[in-house]
Amino acid sequence: MLNFSKINILIIYLIFFFIAIFSTLNFQKKDSEFIKKKINLGLDLQGGSYLLLEINSDTLVQEKMQDKVIPLKKLLKENKINFTNFKIGNQTLSFNLREIDKFDLIFYSKKDNLLNPYIDNYRSFELEYKKITNDRIEILFSKFGLLTINNSALKQSIEIVRRRIDDVGTKEPTILQRGEKRILVELPGLKDPERIKALLGKTAQLNFRLVSENSEFGVEKLISGNGEELNVSKRIVMSGENLIDAQPNINNQNNEPTVSFTLDRLGAQKFGRSTTDNVGKRLAIVLDGEIVSAPSINEPITSGSGMISGNFTFQEATDLALLLRSGALPTPLLVVEERTVGPDLGEDSIKSGVTSLIIGFILVIFFMLYKYKIFGLIANVALIANLLMLIGILTILEATLTLPGIAGIILTVGMAVDANVLIFERIKEELKTEKSIIHAFDTGYSKAKITVLDANITTLIAAIILFSFGSGPVKGFAITLGIGIITTLFTAYFLARHLTSIVVLNTKNKEINI
Amino acid sequence: MNKTLNFSSKFKAANTFSLLIFLSSILFILFKGLNYGIDFKGGTLIELRTNNIDASAIRSTLAKMDLGDVNVKKFGKDGDYLIKVEQKESTDNTIIPLIKKELTNNLNTEINFRRVENVGPKVSSELLQSGIIAISLSLAAMLFYIWIRFEWQFSVGSIIALFHDVVITLGIFSILSLEINLSIIAAVLTIVGYSMNDTVVIYDRIRENLSKYNRLNITEIADLSINDTLARTIITSVTTLLALLSIFILGGEILRGFSFAMILGVLIGTYSSIFVAAPILKFFKVTYKTLEKKDEKIVP
Repeated sequence: MLNFSKINILIIYLIFFFIAIFSTLNFQKKDSEFIKKKINLGLDLQGGSYLLLEINSDTLVQEKMQDKVIPLKKLLKENKINFTNFKIGNQTLSFNLREIDKFDLIFYSKKDNLLNPYIDNYRSFELEYKKITNDRIEILFSKFGLLTINNSALKQSIEIVRRRIDDVGTKEPTILQRGEKRILVELPGLKDPERIKALLGKTAQLNFRLVSENSEFGVEKLISGNGEELNVSKRIVMSGENLIDAQPNINNQNNEPTVSFTLDRLGAQKFGRSTTDNVGKRLAIVLDGEIVSAPSINEPITSGSGMISGNFTFQEATDLALLLRSGALPTPLLVVEERTVGPDLGEDSIKSGVTSLIIGFILVIFFMLYKYKIFGLIANVALIANLLMLIGILTILEATLTLPGIAGIILTVGMAVDANVLIFERIKEELKTEKSIIHAFDTGYSKAKITVLDANITTLIAAIILFSFGSGPVKGFAITLGIGIITTLFTAYFLARHLTSIVVLNTKNKEINI
Repeated sequence: MNKTLNFSSKFKAANTFSLLIFLSSILFILFKGLNYGIDFKGGTLIELRTNNIDASAIRSTLAKMDLGDVNVKKFGKDGDYLIKVEQKESTDNTIIPLIKKELTNNLNTEINFRRVENVGPKVSSELLQSGIIAISLSLAAMLFYIWIRFEWQFSVGSIIALFHDVVITLGIFSILSLEINLSIIAAVLTIVGYSMNDTVVIYDRIRENLSKYNRLNITEIADLSINDTLARTIITSVTTLLALLSIFILGGEILRGFSFAMILGVLIGTYSSIFVAAPILKFFKVTYKTLEKKDEKIVP
């Protein structure tokens, strides 16, 4: 075990230097021009906000089912299927009918089925029905129909969340899908997430509806921002979908902040027609079920642009414009987890983490020197090499370093010497019975090999499981712990062994103290 | 380290002691329960730095807000506090800005909100679930690994030792009412790895000595093997403890619980590999023949 061929030595040191050199990239003041790799600091170290958002597609499913009412009735009439007792449930439609077989055929037709489209990806229809009694059926979304609604709502939400966050202008946000219903948002450097939370908390569904004088059919009562209760028609003149731009403005006449908007061609047409037909009436601007304002239509607006006023502060006008520009969220978003770390706490954490790393390192180094003298020195050289390689690999992977991650490095320092301790203790034992020192070292290394492997693989298993189940900071710990084990094995079995061989082969058969 | 210590004479006493501590840990965990942090219970946590404001001032301000169960405690330096607010039924996202506003308005001093965390009830129960799965899975993985590397007796022995370590560590956390959060789960998993590491080293030696001295019984072999590896066991524990103490003392308030759990775990893990994992092999009637049987199986 002590004989190294020249080529082996070359390979060992090349690997070491190649990996270790990356660790230096982190200490440069300026970014290197060739390689821009660096260890990222986790939110707990650099400060920032972590938000986990969840969509709730229940109301969306309800709306989608209501949208099916008209096509369903039309289909039934066209095919002359009589139905009675039609009921709209929460997320279902149910009715009585006699000719279920006939209905089945039409309902599950793959050709031009507008009511119940066939989803090729899942090989499933969007809807399904089940018999409640012999002549009553209930229509509901199939498993894959629900999945399709959910997935498209999630994708759309991610897109809109991204637009809104980009618009606020935070640096390097991370926006990712997490599972089937969640969106992960990481905002490094953000000190107070309240504004972002407020912006993401609004679905921002905007529509323009006429105000009605009396409470006739198709009218609902809505409350406006200043407490006025108005009867507003349920019929939507135009919705936020037709908006192509919105900007905050100051009204020249009364210095009041307003939001001006521009409509697309279709929107401009709709808006023009309605305002021409309804001059003199009031038009309610409804945002998320609340009236922002309800100005009177003084003249037809055909230019395709307009203005919303409503006692805004300039900040509110800016935010409203931002929300309108980014579009409406398909479902409300709920913040289900939030973690924010201030920048000064992050700095403190780095300081205390690094201090404890250095002190722990020094303690271990002195202890090993005291215990094993020259071989302690070898173990220490291996330990430093280990640390450099660990940081090097983290840099190559551009891993994220968290506070628990620093703890993982310190723990690696403490546990890394174990491999060398196992080997040295074994050699000590061999020296008791073996006359040839070289032979004792040789058998010591080979016998300890299996133990070292077994012992480290168990820790590696723990690290891998931690990595797959842990979240955020804990994952950072698992990464450093796991990589630390691999670099430990390398440095103990290659670097330290080579250094040991140099010492042993050069002392020949003189006394050796371990 | 050359003199031979007679560990086996202490096995019986140690086993009784272990069993006692193990059972009382279970009783504490069951009846006193674990002090789950917001990661697992849901709720809001705010760490703030003030100019030496009294904790009672913060408490009285929060008491007026009708937040339910509120806990304010000193956190590190003077004037640093940690506020924990229990999860309420309703999940609204307005509670944090409300608390911030109330505190800023009522305390007449500059407040630095250093850390704010809010975990909803759904997420916290998921985190707890995945924590439990992770620990169980790691135990199962260890069981499996030792089973292929050694014989089943060793595998069962090491798992009993691991179980012993995890339960007693959690038991001590229960007795001292220390908080269980995500980093404690990480610590427990690392303890599992470390304790296994220690046990494997001794088992490795037991296996080697079993085939070397087939006239000795398992207790004598265990004694011999523990002595053979004792120096290593102590030195590695010392270096690991040195590193951990450094984190515990200098690593700041956030890592304190984690490093404390690890220190406990290293001490308990070292003890258990000597006094639990080794003697337990006697109960499975492990002899040198146990090893031969396995060899026969592999080479038919």
